[in-house]
Amino acid sequence: MHLEYQVYEADFVNAGAASSAIKKTLKQLNVSPQIVKRVVVALYEAEVNAIAHAYGGMIYADIEPDKIILKVEDKGPGIPDIDWAMQEGNSTASPEVRNMGFGAGMGLPNIQKNVDKLNVTSTVGVGTTVEMEVNFT
Amino acid sequence: MKLREISELLNATVRCGEDRLDEEHETAFASDLMSDVLTLGDYNPVILTGLCNMQTIRTCEMGNLDIIVLVRRKKATEEMIEEAEDEGMVVMESDFSMFKACGLLFKAGMLPIF
Repeated sequence: MHLEYQVYEADFVNAGAASSAIKKTLKQLNVSPQIVKRVVVALYEAEVNAIAHAYGGMIYADIEPDKIILKVEDKGPGIPDIDWAMQEGNSTASPEVRNMGFGAGMGLPNIQKNVDKLNVTSTVGVGTTVEMEVNFT
Repeated sequence: MKLREISELLNATVRCGEDRLDEEHETAFASDLMSDVLTLGDYNPVILTGLCNMQTIRTCEMGNLDIIVLVRRKKATEEMIEEAEDEGMVVMESDFSMFKACGLLFKAGMLPIF
């Protein structure tokens, strides 16, 4: 099953809508609640990142019998130093993002804890792609 | 502790989920930072927070956390309550500070998750 969602820059009102939709789909497919939680926590962090730090982007989800493959592709400023961004506590979030309860430098580390495979690629001035996989068993 | 006792201790207004007030919950977690709330693994503690916007509800939805106590006189919007009702959540509002709310619950026997 292939799903696609568009997310928009600074659209905090709808932030999480794509993650919520994927959560409902996985529940309907009887994926275990523990796995669903790992998937949606990781995806939600990535979705908020695309909305908060970038100029929006696309979320692609491929649900296979044994795993889900997620790709969050943003059009954005890019991340100059991915290793720095992966460390807890490092953030470039705006005050607006912090007011929404994010921006403490927990997003990418939180993603890493919840997925089985993570690949972050970024080109400054072009955008960032976060690819994640979570196995169902 | 029953959710009803929590609402009484915190002098809280229950905005939605009144039908769940006889449920027992033993643990609580307090944070204004939603990324922290997303690190709780399989636990479902009562969430105390002073962050009051749609992301409070969404974050709890993503984390399978369905008991929210808004502290520091924060009032949920109708939009937040609609979303919370759709998710079957309990949302309470207390005028107490985070410190006071946590202190009262701890003293009454609520446990931390770590």
